[in-house]
Amino acid sequence: MAQFQLPKNSRLTEGKTWPKPQGADGKLANNLREFRIYRWDPDGESNPRIDTYFVDLDDCGPMVLDAIIWIKNKIDPTLTFRRSCREGICGSCAMNIDGANTLACTRGMEEIDGPVRIYPLPHMPVVKDLVPDLTRFYAQHASIEPWLKTATPAPEGEWKQAPVDREKLDGLYECILCACCSTSCPSYWWNGDRYLGPAALLQAYRWLIDSRDEATGERLDNLEDPFRLYRCHTIMNCSNACPKGLNPAKAIAEIKKMMVARQF
Amino acid sequence: MPRTSPAQRPLSPHLQIYKPTITMVMSILHRVTGAALFFGTLLVVALLVALAAGKDAYGTVQAIYGSWIGKLVLFGYTWALFHHMLGGLRHLIWDTGAMFGREARMKLGWATIIGSVGLTALVWAMVLMR
Repeated sequence: MAQFQLPKNSRLTEGKTWPKPQGADGKLANNLREFRIYRWDPDGESNPRIDTYFVDLDDCGPMVLDAIIWIKNKIDPTLTFRRSCREGICGSCAMNIDGANTLACTRGMEEIDGPVRIYPLPHMPVVKDLVPDLTRFYAQHASIEPWLKTATPAPEGEWKQAPVDREKLDGLYECILCACCSTSCPSYWWNGDRYLGPAALLQAYRWLIDSRDEATGERLDNLEDPFRLYRCHTIMNCSNACPKGLNPAKAIAEIKKMMVARQF
Repeated sequence: MPRTSPAQRPLSPHLQIYKPTITMVMSILHRVTGAALFFGTLLVVALLVALAAGKDAYGTVQAIYGSWIGKLVLFGYTWALFHHMLGGLRHLIWDTGAMFGREARMKLGWATIIGSVGLTALVWAMVLMR
């Protein structure tokens, strides 16, 4: 059932306002940007809080990731978040920025009005600060068996595919499993324990339409369930959020069509 | 005494912080109007029952529905009906796999709300100008 309110231990409190930084000349920096960031310390006893930081834009790169790295280096080394490639290919720095899920490394500060508000990916258990626990998300991906399944003996060389069939995988294989889509989905918020979510279903479709895969029927059987597939209500937050410009909602619609088509 | 077990992990905020998108708001309105139609149907049933019960009963229901508060409820019912109908058509289009692109899905969302408000205004203009 949908639980709209946050549990007691998760309600937000106002945190600390960190002092404004000094510029290179030793005076107060004058090109400041305000950041309001979700903090939660697993070693403490208190509820999550929103800390306020000021970033010196004259000393910092243009992306939100640049700013939070700057904060960690210059103001508060305890601020915790995942990041790696800083160019939108690893999916580590997925978080909720300015009310939408995206990658901190590809989101420019200039694109945001007012203070930059940052939360962890929504409706997830928080490990620390901006780091959510993605265990279940990965398990759901594993559950759709994201690998080539075949019955015919393996060919001597490679499994061949016509260019026209290969093209069907474009817009699907590029997924980086950042979890922006699944954690933007209200249906996944309320039923994430049984609904697979847009990311896993996009990958399910990627294998369903792979011309080399021979387990299509079995894969569809596994999705034929009131929750796993059919909790998608085309809310479309997934496709709106995807930082790679993919369209999980469309992929899910195509799976639903395959479900109908195979009955005739 | 210091804690010996890890703290229970909080749930990150969701509805509270997510910026509404047009497709998300239209989905919520589709649910809300769908629920409202349940009660709207009761209004139709009440009218039919009163019609069957005789002149007095029908007159009473007509008086209630004709009062300003009755009209207000009927106005809301009209909008809920049109909104849910257009929402249903929008879902029908999506069921075929069409209009999932960024532009198309945004336009469909706006078309639903503008269309439902427009049709409601049209019907009520006809009712009130009679």
